[in-house]
Amino acid sequence: MDALVRELQRAVGSRYVLTRPQELLVYEYDGAVERALPGVVAVPGSAAQAAQVVGIARRHGVPVVPRGAGTGLSGGAIPVYGGVLMPMTRLNRVLEIDVAERMAIVEPGVVNIDISKAAEPYGLRYAPDPSSQKACTIGGNVAENAGGPHCLAYGVTTNHVMGMEIVLADGSLAWVGGRRHELPGYDLRGVLIGSEGTLAVTTKVAVRLQPLPEAVTTMLAIFQDEDDASNAVSAIVGAGIVPAAIEMMDRLTIQAVEPAIHAGYPPDAGAVLLVEVEGLSEPVAEESEEVQQVCYRNGATEVRVAADPTLRERLWAGRKTALGALGRLAPNYYLLDGVVPRTKILEALRRIREISGEYALPIANVFHAGDGNLHPCILFDERVGDQLRRSKEAGAAVLRTCIDLGGALSGEHGVGLEKQEYMDLCFSDADLDAMARLNPAFGAGDTFNPGKVFPTGASCVELLQHPAIARLGADAFV
Amino acid sequence: MATGVRGKVIVAGFIGADAPQEEDLYRCVHCGLCLNACPTYVETGLETESPRGRIALMKAVFEGRAGVEPGVVEHWDLCIQCRACEAACPSGVPYGRLIEQAQAQMRPRRRGLPGRFVAWLAYGHLLPSPGRMRAIAGLLRLYQRSGLRALVRATRVLRLVGPLAEAEASLPDLSQPAFRATGQVFPARGAVRHRVGLLSGCVMPLFHGPTMEAAVRVLTRNGCEVHVPASQGCCGSLNLHGGDMDGGRAMARRNIDAFLEAGVDVVISASAGCGATMKDSAHLFHDDPAYAAKAERFGAMTQDITEFLASLPVDPPRCEAEPLRVTYQDSCHLVHAQRISAAPRTLMAAVPGLELVEMAHSDRCCGAGGSFQLTQREMSGQLRTHKLEEAAETGAETIATANPGCMVQLSLGAREAGLQVRVCHVVDLLDEAYRREAAIPASQSAGR
Repeated sequence: MDALVRELQRAVGSRYVLTRPQELLVYEYDGAVERALPGVVAVPGSAAQAAQVVGIARRHGVPVVPRGAGTGLSGGAIPVYGGVLMPMTRLNRVLEIDVAERMAIVEPGVVNIDISKAAEPYGLRYAPDPSSQKACTIGGNVAENAGGPHCLAYGVTTNHVMGMEIVLADGSLAWVGGRRHELPGYDLRGVLIGSEGTLAVTTKVAVRLQPLPEAVTTMLAIFQDEDDASNAVSAIVGAGIVPAAIEMMDRLTIQAVEPAIHAGYPPDAGAVLLVEVEGLSEPVAEESEEVQQVCYRNGATEVRVAADPTLRERLWAGRKTALGALGRLAPNYYLLDGVVPRTKILEALRRIREISGEYALPIANVFHAGDGNLHPCILFDERVGDQLRRSKEAGAAVLRTCIDLGGALSGEHGVGLEKQEYMDLCFSDADLDAMARLNPAFGAGDTFNPGKVFPTGASCVELLQHPAIARLGADAFV
Repeated sequence: MATGVRGKVIVAGFIGADAPQEEDLYRCVHCGLCLNACPTYVETGLETESPRGRIALMKAVFEGRAGVEPGVVEHWDLCIQCRACEAACPSGVPYGRLIEQAQAQMRPRRRGLPGRFVAWLAYGHLLPSPGRMRAIAGLLRLYQRSGLRALVRATRVLRLVGPLAEAEASLPDLSQPAFRATGQVFPARGAVRHRVGLLSGCVMPLFHGPTMEAAVRVLTRNGCEVHVPASQGCCGSLNLHGGDMDGGRAMARRNIDAFLEAGVDVVISASAGCGATMKDSAHLFHDDPAYAAKAERFGAMTQDITEFLASLPVDPPRCEAEPLRVTYQDSCHLVHAQRISAAPRTLMAAVPGLELVEMAHSDRCCGAGGSFQLTQREMSGQLRTHKLEEAAETGAETIATANPGCMVQLSLGAREAGLQVRVCHVVDLLDEAYRREAAIPASQSAGR
């Protein structure tokens, strides 16, 4: 360990190598529930230093766990096997904005919203907008293939990242993809986005920028209950409108958010929908009119229209801080990320209410209704009795419900530690086998973020004994 | 008792009433939305220097997983207490209170004579005594004016004692006259609309006398009878931020009594840091039966001068427009602690000819942070440099702000960077506009 630390200090500077047990404590968590202490924290200041850190860790036979801002919600940055935790937060420069090509090259530690801020003077933006966009980094977004409210219209991270510079497990730097989307050959970029830091570490990202819309209208539709709101979601999309975003918040969420943010959500509402339409002025006016009519037909008691930026921002501020605001109701949350077909939202929410009753834990719902990406948030207090265990069991019941309704385990948060044991609900052994073959293809072995994604009963040794990897060898390239 | 990292025996857990409270600590759900608001996190990229990390360390001490020990305390020390995280926190974590209480835990356990001596001198013997503050300021003024400073700087004699040279270089400019109007009542111009008490406090009248006079003129010009109670002193906020809770409370009691006895409707502070502490008086005395009710009343009466003037609203200055390009630095304890950002901008918009050009990150700390300027020189300097770069990008010839610490820090930075930029309080700009009004002769100034 001492030799490892000394080499790391030489690589990144001793200020940026943390070894004291107290300091390691602040790297044991992310935005979710799981915790584990790293062996050492090394924070590189350049891509070359990151590559050196990987090389050093590999030589010492310890894993490297890359980390962004630590806002993840599936335990992706939790170092379950210790080793070197490598936050990419110091690599935080926007290196280039190419207005003509509508793209930017940024370092992985750049905060999501800072890309849009840098692009704004050129009339451009980076579309995916996770709720944590004021804190989360683009590197973490790439690792988890993050989404966000506006992904309903524009797609998730993989649709907006055209290439990355990566560090491979042998400590070498390489590019996958490039400055534009249409490139010949295998789409290795697509393989790596969403691989949760298990195959390589991202050190530069080429992102697509899109023009800011000419007009934007945000509506707050107020409903007496979730059922009416759910029906309105299906009806909006059924009417052939594709809003930029359709978000739902239930009563519990509204009660947490309103005192914190004063977003203007009526505290007695059963549920609200936040619907945004954007594009050219005329169609936006038409579509927002249509959205209002559909909402009223489905039982909305009121639809408020915000056309000016300040009001819009306030409506969104409530949505984007909702998760943190739930901290006003309980000291811990377990936020799920299940997906159901849009038409099944109503049924899913009913079932979630039953699960909340069965496990005697409140569950708040704040989610991307437009694409059926639920975020049931189980509220608990880990210091009290068996609440932590009950929250996990309730979470499992919710995920099973999503799968039963024809949905998926995760919309945008990744699998990480949280959902690895449920992977077999969605995937056959053959599916998982095919995924595991990617590890030797990248020569990753157990270098990067071991113990994630795959349902192994959970050790990296076992992961290496996974049939495909065992057959090919940890360092084998195919 | 538990054994610490290097085998030293350390005390686990917090002690006494002034300790971070469980219900405050566990409001933090570690979502991370505070991170990018924190100047020291943005500067270092380290979770240890973030609000979430500092709270995690407090939780660890509370749970007995760590002590108030090396590896913990330096990260609390590096907190500027700007409270930007508190404004960003959706969960409502009272971070300002938590870090003050953590500081209070560190205080009795501080090692090292120089630090303890400075704290003893500043918190125990200078800040509580306006007379001693005046005497020190007088000596410094003499030093700066007499030519001794020029001699000291020319001979570089202080280089022999490294930190002393740095401290000398960061002394505020004391060439301006002090505000000596405590004990006076200034009549309102025209009918009396409000009777207000003005905090004179500790450093404001000594370092920023002209700003205090401007405050009096602007208030009286807007129908306020201005009382400056004689028995007031420092509000105690520097002691409280430094973890001297008992000393800070004693000073706060003195001011509560002084202002309540003055019989005013509103208590006004031209210093955002003081105002923030004064507004929070109820919490400071919540378990003191003798002062709980008085403190609550005092807190509710307190307003920042920009907040008060904007709410009147002010009588727009009737003067010729004089072109002036200004950028505004949100003082942390105004924008984050008191959540006031519109009022100062509204006031500046009333000044004919003033063009406000917003700088990037105007709500990020300049690195002043009360005693932070002295105790964390490296971080303070980095933040100051970045702040002045962003201010310079606006092309403004004036940087306005709302707190004495920020004014000292920005002036120092401008001097260091060789920038031809003036630093002043928002109230100074308003006052200058009023003084350009034909009806008010410039010679009529308060407190001389």
